[in-house]
Amino acid sequence: MAKMTMVEAIRDAHAVAMERDERVVVFGEDVGYFGGVFRCTKGLQQRFGVSRCFDAPITESGIVGAAVGMAAFGLRPCVEIQFADYMYPAYDQIVSEAARLRYRSAGDFSAPLTVRMPVGGGIFGGQTHSQSPESLFTHVAGLKTVMPSNPYDAKGLLIAAIEDDDPVIFLEPKRLYNGPFDGYHDRVATPWSRHELGEVPEGYYNVPLGSAAIRRPGSAVTVLAYGTMVHVALAAVETYGVDAEVIDLRTLIPLDLATIVASVAKTGRCVVVHEATLTSGFGAELAALVQKHAFYHLGAPIERVTGYDTPYPHSQEWAYFPGPERIGAALARVLEG
Amino acid sequence: MTKGGRADNEVAARDGEPLTLVMPGPVVRPGQRPDFSHYGAFAPGAFRRPAVDDSAESMVDLATGLIRVLDDDGNAVGPWNLNLDASSLREGLRVMMLTREFDRRMMIDQRQSKTSFYMQCTGEEAIACAFQSALRTGDMNFPTYRQQGLLVAAGYPLELMMSQVYSNTMDPLHGRQMPVFYSAREYGFFSISGNLATQFVQGVGWAMASALTGGSAIAAAWIGDGASAETDFFSALVMASTYRAPVILNIVNNQWAISTNEAVARGQAPSFAARGRGFGIPALRVDGNDYLAVHAVASWAAERARANLGPTLVEWVTYRTAAHSSSDDPASYRSADEPSAWPLGDPIERLAKHLMVLGALDESQLATLTEQVESEVGAAQLKAESFGTLKDGPKPSPREIFEDVFKTMPESLASQEREAGY
Repeated sequence: MAKMTMVEAIRDAHAVAMERDERVVVFGEDVGYFGGVFRCTKGLQQRFGVSRCFDAPITESGIVGAAVGMAAFGLRPCVEIQFADYMYPAYDQIVSEAARLRYRSAGDFSAPLTVRMPVGGGIFGGQTHSQSPESLFTHVAGLKTVMPSNPYDAKGLLIAAIEDDDPVIFLEPKRLYNGPFDGYHDRVATPWSRHELGEVPEGYYNVPLGSAAIRRPGSAVTVLAYGTMVHVALAAVETYGVDAEVIDLRTLIPLDLATIVASVAKTGRCVVVHEATLTSGFGAELAALVQKHAFYHLGAPIERVTGYDTPYPHSQEWAYFPGPERIGAALARVLEG
Repeated sequence: MTKGGRADNEVAARDGEPLTLVMPGPVVRPGQRPDFSHYGAFAPGAFRRPAVDDSAESMVDLATGLIRVLDDDGNAVGPWNLNLDASSLREGLRVMMLTREFDRRMMIDQRQSKTSFYMQCTGEEAIACAFQSALRTGDMNFPTYRQQGLLVAAGYPLELMMSQVYSNTMDPLHGRQMPVFYSAREYGFFSISGNLATQFVQGVGWAMASALTGGSAIAAAWIGDGASAETDFFSALVMASTYRAPVILNIVNNQWAISTNEAVARGQAPSFAARGRGFGIPALRVDGNDYLAVHAVASWAAERARANLGPTLVEWVTYRTAAHSSSDDPASYRSADEPSAWPLGDPIERLAKHLMVLGALDESQLATLTEQVESEVGAAQLKAESFGTLKDGPKPSPREIFEDVFKTMPESLASQEREAGY
């Protein structure tokens, strides 16, 4: 075991995958010589050579489009979009091409590629460096969508994503790169070295896509979260003294519905938390599934705590961010019900 | 006044007046006299054949010229004449005729509701058929929707193409794709998307993968004149230029993108091939109705790619004789005189004439070949129809809706399939 930040864990996942499978190639803007603006690919070019890890021109449609062709050839490309907010030029290649290639060709071709991108706010990135577009991917047939909340999962999930035979969107909460951010932005940041999930095994392991993790067992209410909001929810539960069961979804598609339903059947209450905007967010899907599969266990309406339906603001980002206070208020409402 | 001074005066004279735009439109609309003289002015044999390792900049004139081999009398002339042997030429004629007959039958079938939709490549057969003759096993085309000749020339079974068009129980794509959106990996034919231009950059990526793995296969990407305005066209050129990928970038300029004339996407550029210069990619404009010119240029570009000299951009000039699709009637937007005014002729007639000039074909042999082609397509049709059409007979199971979304069906989808009860 080694202490790793999420950046180091992602870097290590790349190295492990590249070591095990020479079909894995890594490219994107600034990812080669420099190692990426968040340093997630640092050292890979020096270790594996320029044919395995290289820089790309600033053309997201070119990067993902080429990756689709490479994957169809038989490689396992893992490409980086510098910020999820820059993903839109590649969206056609992701939605119309990567996601549907296996289906439309009846298995004649497939696109086993991984598209990594940092998501979420908390770094004063304003409306073009803070978005959480996960529901733009979960709505698309043929894509798997992953969002880790800690270094251990980041490494294991990324290895599983690269090994997966279908396209995987790998969303990295950038506010978690260096520590388990709990939503209290004015407090001293905790580093991953002081968190148990900053302990990362050396070498190969994977975290299977489609399995959630219960981060805190509880009996009063189920909190469904992923990415940064797992830590914010845990902080809120702690602050407000609620016996909540906090579930880290880890992968949104495929979704670990069994774990969710078992928990809500036990607690009879449910709060869904995500940083993305409210309307048509993934929380809507979770709420619909919970009411369908656990309706008779519910003692109160399901609450959603999310970003507001506005662009992500710059200087007001902490007023926008769905922090512990808002989660605490939602927990209080569902427990009153 | 110097020339520069006049230009300044012109700018000064315009300054202060309302700004205007060039609003795009066709050269000619119905009722007007078509003019294709800008193509007809280029004589067969007029353009040199550069060495494959010549610089892109040294051949910029070829992007606005027109490489032609066959003249109006059926002679092969100039440096791009590779003196193909008679049997290769007869095979070229045969696959072009097969493609045309296939299209004719499928169009009738569409009118008889045996399929929902069809797209012919009438008049454009030489491009795909001759291009395929320059490829090797393992090379991969990333086609758009009027390159069925690639499959025919590669020997793909006609009954499988028809079954795809009919969406029957022999359809290799299990009824999921609209007609003509074939996929045939083993025949070097990438799955057609239906979205425009996306395949252009994928072809570059495939070629990059071949080179990254030290392979020898090359890729060929295809796009139309209209779709070349898409972002992915430019993404492809950037990626191909940056990595010098072993890919042939083909623009089929058939003059029309549904009702939109090629001049709209081309804008103020003198040709589509001229786009290559800014990317440092050798670019050539070619008579696409000339089987010999297509074969020669495709072979030249393939040789460049195989010799690790990187991408080539080729604009194949042709004319979309047919409607855009079975859902289109071009009479409402283009002149009825256009086909007769077209100066580059018909690819099948031109190659047949050349074979006759060579003494390698006579009228009776041509009649026999025509009969053979009709009979081959007819036999394939009988076989395909025995597996059903969209109108009659067996159909792919609705269960196929749920397969191949993922390699392994997730529980969420399995539950939907159970609910559907298929």
